[in-house]
Amino acid sequence: MFARRPDPEDGAVVSITIDGAPFAARAGDTVAAALLAAGIAAFRTTPVSAAPRGPYCLMGTCFECTVEVDGQPNRRACMTRVAPGMRIATQMGAPRVAPRPS
Amino acid sequence: MTKLEFDIAIVGGGLVGAAIAYGLRALGDDLVVLDEGDRAQRAARGNFGLIWVQGKGLGLPSYGAWTQRSAREWPRLAADLRDQTGIDVALRQAGGVHLCMSAHELETRRAQLQALMAQPGFARYDVDVLDRAALAVRLPGLGDAVAGGTYCAQDGDCNPLRLLRALHAALQAARCQYRPGAAVDVIEPIGDRFLLRTRDGVVAARRLVLAAGLANARLAPQVGLAAPVRANKGQIVVLERVQPFLPLPVETLRQTDDGTVLIGDSQQDADDEALDPAVLAAMAKRALAAFPGLAGVRVQRAWAALRVMSPDGFPIYAQSRRHPGAFVATCHSGVTLAAVHAHVLAPALAASELPQGCADFTPERFDVRATA
Amino acid sequence: MTIDVAVVGAGPAGLAAATRCARLGLATSLFDDQAVPGGQIYRGITEAPALRVAQLGAEYARGAAQVDALRATTAAYVPDASVWSARGLPDATIELGVSTRVAGGAKTHMVRARAAILATGAQERPFPIPGWTLPGVMSVGGAQILLKTAGLVPQGRVVIAGSGPLLWLAAGQLMDAGATIDALVETVPRGRLREALAHAPAFLTSPYFRKGLDLARRVRRRTRVIEFVESLAAIGASRVEALRYTVDSKAHEIAVDHLLLHQGVVPGVELAGAAGCALHWNDLHACFEPAVDEWGGTTVASLFVAGDGAGIAGAQAAAARGALTALAVANALGRIDHRDRDREAAPLRRTLADAQRGRRFFDVLYRPADAFRIPQGDTLACRCEEVTAREVVDAARAGCAGPNQAKAWLRCGMGPCQGRYCAPTVTELIAQARGVPPAEVGTWRHRIPVKPLTLAELASIPSTAEADAAVIRE
Repeated sequence: MFARRPDPEDGAVVSITIDGAPFAARAGDTVAAALLAAGIAAFRTTPVSAAPRGPYCLMGTCFECTVEVDGQPNRRACMTRVAPGMRIATQMGAPRVAPRPS
Repeated sequence: MTKLEFDIAIVGGGLVGAAIAYGLRALGDDLVVLDEGDRAQRAARGNFGLIWVQGKGLGLPSYGAWTQRSAREWPRLAADLRDQTGIDVALRQAGGVHLCMSAHELETRRAQLQALMAQPGFARYDVDVLDRAALAVRLPGLGDAVAGGTYCAQDGDCNPLRLLRALHAALQAARCQYRPGAAVDVIEPIGDRFLLRTRDGVVAARRLVLAAGLANARLAPQVGLAAPVRANKGQIVVLERVQPFLPLPVETLRQTDDGTVLIGDSQQDADDEALDPAVLAAMAKRALAAFPGLAGVRVQRAWAALRVMSPDGFPIYAQSRRHPGAFVATCHSGVTLAAVHAHVLAPALAASELPQGCADFTPERFDVRATA
Repeated sequence: MTIDVAVVGAGPAGLAAATRCARLGLATSLFDDQAVPGGQIYRGITEAPALRVAQLGAEYARGAAQVDALRATTAAYVPDASVWSARGLPDATIELGVSTRVAGGAKTHMVRARAAILATGAQERPFPIPGWTLPGVMSVGGAQILLKTAGLVPQGRVVIAGSGPLLWLAAGQLMDAGATIDALVETVPRGRLREALAHAPAFLTSPYFRKGLDLARRVRRRTRVIEFVESLAAIGASRVEALRYTVDSKAHEIAVDHLLLHQGVVPGVELAGAAGCALHWNDLHACFEPAVDEWGGTTVASLFVAGDGAGIAGAQAAAARGALTALAVANALGRIDHRDRDREAAPLRRTLADAQRGRRFFDVLYRPADAFRIPQGDTLACRCEEVTAREVVDAARAGCAGPNQAKAWLRCGMGPCQGRYCAPTVTELIAQARGVPPAEVGTWRHRIPVKPLTLAELASIPSTAEADAAVIRE
């Protein structure tokens, strides 16, 4: 669990959904920060063994934090900024390919 | 004590060398496989993984037969490797498709296959020429740009990296000797043996199989053989894992048992392994036209490898006349032919001869003046 | 259109390089993966509310000055831009593949430059202990990023483990921000401090020593410090629940909710490697680095490397090296002559020498012990493909001469991180199994793309006649 350090200069609230549930993220947050602030430790399960994984490096190099963002799978949560209305889904296994381009 | 004398030395631990060695594994530690180091140019690591029959043998019908024979031998190879090593090479032989992106291309393909089958002595098989609608039934997600394609039930694929690993594991279990870092510089025929000067010391063997890919060109003449092979560069794009979506391999695109997607192929007369983004882009465009649903899937890796190409593209198998007991074996379809290499070529080599049906594969066909 | 210089990475080295290039009159573009400049060490510097900056220290504020300096030049700063390829062309220019994040996706374009400076910096050294992949286990750098950019503080039982100055700095920063650090578990072996002092006695009189001592003292006052730890294991089912550690061969266990790991940083060599730059093993730092000359020049014409990506030496050294490569590029492109180049380089070289000398002590003190670089048994060597240490060792014993062969046999290095978090581990496992030095074993053959791009992006690159001929066959 991560708590937000109160700061008078903090950004505005950005409303997103995480696995369908609404969450109040902060402007400037990465999706990773938002998920951690929401108390989510495991962002995905691995395609190899379905092991739960959470973010490790937070700087875009380890690829552990990959989630589905607005229907796009395998996006690095730590490299994606929250936007109003963003739909985030934790990711189990390998992503599904769409039969037609979206 | 490191063993220095062997019955058979195989130069090259790639798919050709490893498959032949596997077929000879009953020799145990009388067999040595001499391989290069970690950074060698290895066609074996650059494989697409197809076990492909359709279209092969135009200009040499016996190649069509050799290929079909290998496809028939493949299930036994896969089963034996699984039994002996526990490694499943993910053999799939449910058919394969060659895609055509225009009506003209489809017609050209149909005519080519017709000419192939019409060759005297060609062992014929069924190939279905399908329009887009019929093809889309077999290949969900097929793009509108595809005009049609040809389907052959004998085609298939496997996991080529696991195949190489399984062959080596079987060799290890049989106590055959594997020497990495032992690239061969010089071979000296001396009396009834061959001395091989490798980067890791000298090794002697009564018999010798050159399966060293491109290096065969340099090594073969040292034992009175000819292997005029050249490099043909191919680049491959690998996409990240996705849920299974492609039930059959397409000749330039297949989904592996790991879920990743392999996209090929390119051909260039070059002997470097540098990647060219423009070539990768051209392959990507073609893949997208075939399967538009892949647009948002990420490219995970790309690599280049050098095919070992003979002047006509067909294998070279030969025994040296001047130095009997020295053989050369080279091809560019090491995955497809792995089964016949293990089950047919290897036993013949054990008896110091070449198999029936391989008479057409000697280098004499190139009009090379054979060393008497 | 060919620009003069492309700089990749907006950390201290890249900022310094781009600023100096622009000031020398070169048409310069700076590409960076992040949305805002600063790299990792100055992460979020332009957005961090003043309160946070005050807490994070004066060093951090230095980054703001560097960013301001860049912004005052005509250099084009391109954020959200992943450079996924770099290659030298026959005419000695450099071609980069750049994927820029746009609304709803990304677009790729190719950039031609007469020279390129790679300043892609460093990454956390892998820390392969049992359970290191459990949710709740994160790098110290990662926790710092959360603090700096989102003001997030880990709650519950937090333990920091490993070695290196960052451990102590981050512990202090996190506690200042309100976190309770239950323990700082240090893996520096007994006797190492003496060894480090013997190597660098001058350290005792350097300002780093004073600062380091003060920092350590302040941390020790506020948390329990456990030293000379010989082994670590993260225990838990679906997330980390406890840390098991041994000291003097005795096992201990403490409950944890967050385990923060750090044992130094290593250069990110993927882009340089994929471009064909020669890499070599630095045994003191136990990692691979690009081979560079005194100007940051690599074995690829017109391609330079600056900053921690050339070898770990910290932010001051990075800025100096960035400026040095800029001078070299300006000279190579005919902007300044040898004399001016060398004259301007002199003070930079002094700064660089001072910074590097100061690091010698840390390099020896904090070189991770074998147990923490070379895992055993079921511990995962490759996180992405879930390949264990035992599998790598078995492959080496079966004849795998090096990491590329191991990759083909085991898939280690083939996952999404492209071997970033298993490269040194796999090399050292094979080296140990074969009984040869890591330098002899080597590392991956890096290849493009070194950052992800979609198939559609790849397809959007303009083709060439040669490429079409190679691929299209009617």
